[in-house]
Amino acid sequence: MTSPGVDRGITTAGTALPLRSGRRAIAVPALTTAASLLGLFLLWSFAAEAWPSRAFPPPGQVWQVLYNDTASGELPYHLGVTLGRVAAAFVVAMVIGSIIGVLLGVHRRADQFFNPWVVLFLNIPALVIIVLAYIWFGLNEAAAIGAVAVNKIPNVVVTMREGARALDPRYAEMAAVYRFGPLDRLRHILLPQLQPYLAAASRSGVALIWKIVLVVELLGRSNGVGFQIYLHFQLFDVAAILAYTLAFVAIMLLIELLLVQPVERHATRWRRRPA
Amino acid sequence: MQPVGVAVPLRVDIAEKTFRSAEGVPVTALHDLSFEVRQGEFACLLGPSGCGKTTTLRILLGLDTDFSGSFQLPQGGSNRIAVVFQEPTLLPWRTVEQNVRLALPKGMRNAKLDWLFDSLGLAGMRSLFPSELSLGLARRAALARAFATEPAVLFLDEPFVSLDEQTAERLRYLLLEVWSARPTTALMVTHNLREALMLSDRIIVLSPRPAHVLGVFDVRLPRHYRNRQVMSDLLRSFHEKFPHAA
Repeated sequence: MTSPGVDRGITTAGTALPLRSGRRAIAVPALTTAASLLGLFLLWSFAAEAWPSRAFPPPGQVWQVLYNDTASGELPYHLGVTLGRVAAAFVVAMVIGSIIGVLLGVHRRADQFFNPWVVLFLNIPALVIIVLAYIWFGLNEAAAIGAVAVNKIPNVVVTMREGARALDPRYAEMAAVYRFGPLDRLRHILLPQLQPYLAAASRSGVALIWKIVLVVELLGRSNGVGFQIYLHFQLFDVAAILAYTLAFVAIMLLIELLLVQPVERHATRWRRRPA
Repeated sequence: MQPVGVAVPLRVDIAEKTFRSAEGVPVTALHDLSFEVRQGEFACLLGPSGCGKTTTLRILLGLDTDFSGSFQLPQGGSNRIAVVFQEPTLLPWRTVEQNVRLALPKGMRNAKLDWLFDSLGLAGMRSLFPSELSLGLARRAALARAFATEPAVLFLDEPFVSLDEQTAERLRYLLLEVWSARPTTALMVTHNLREALMLSDRIIVLSPRPAHVLGVFDVRLPRHYRNRQVMSDLLRSFHEKFPHAA
């Protein structure tokens, strides 16, 4: 640092502008989101007021159910069970799907052979896989999680196959010359290059998996959010159905906000800095 | 078996290397290519663009095994080879320092590399990501990675191409400085005759494709004597010996 004065000048000038526009860039979408949610809430209250019906409860009634079930511990229990299934199915689908996808992306002949299988599995309805899994493997936890994972695996395979095709051979050659070990290759060469594809697969994965988990629970489990919704469906208790749904959506959004986005920001930190 | 302590040269003896073009037509890239680089010597592989210099290097690096012939790499030190590619080929998701250390064997990962970063002018940039470096600085980081491994042989594939002449010249001096501190057998591919005359102990002159060795030009003068006057004399005698090359 030969000229600290000049240097400081550059940094302050450089950060002052983005900071101001940065705050605005965060505040404006946040306000828009809040206004949008408030609008939905008002519309719902108004509609429930205008057409009072047991099948269409106002927000206050849903909140009451949410509060009571949370206090009794019932809601947290079922949410936890469902979240556990989502997590298990997610991990299984991502690991197996990534391995298959990368192998297919790297080996062209294998890809040509297995591609019809992938297309077939992509197009089997989730319900069919769930029903078959319960028939073949019984109404148990492994069948439930396996069925959800099998639904998701073809999607992961397709995304990760694209990722493996886009691998840059120059990094692999560099690693070969400098004799990287297999673990170093995985950690420093392969995974960083696949990171955008892993991120894409996991984002769409979480969204898909939690919806399928509810169906699995509805069809063959005796706990979880899906089972609760089925139970309240039989009682035509719409307030409870909405309470469980909203609670679960809120949890999934929180996970996205507090877990997925920070992890992604950390993984792409080398990208965002200007050259 | 070589007796212990005897310097093993880099010996290359490639009978033939052919490519298949997209239409399946065989193209001979190398034919009867043989040369030797003595232990601790800095040699240049000089030839016109597209003559097969990089192909030769890829064979020596073990990245291309589909050829007939043989070669022998120098032994000693860490018994490793190091390379500076045409592109810096730094991992964009790792810092400069991580890039350098990852190339080291597990036991050497924590070695002190201050002298290396200092002499290449990278001392303040160890924690930067490659995207924050200019091409010239990225090239220096690639040089640092190559020298950090203390290789038994160092390969350089036109490491100063597509830089402005001033930056390239500075990097050449930096390369000489670091190399002189720890001389290792080095083979650099280039089509720049001036660069070759400035850096090397011997220049191996290749023919156009299919490449074979036209001859060897030894520069015995120590590098610090190679001033402008001497360089033009060297150029003249090179052109007398190889009137059609470069």
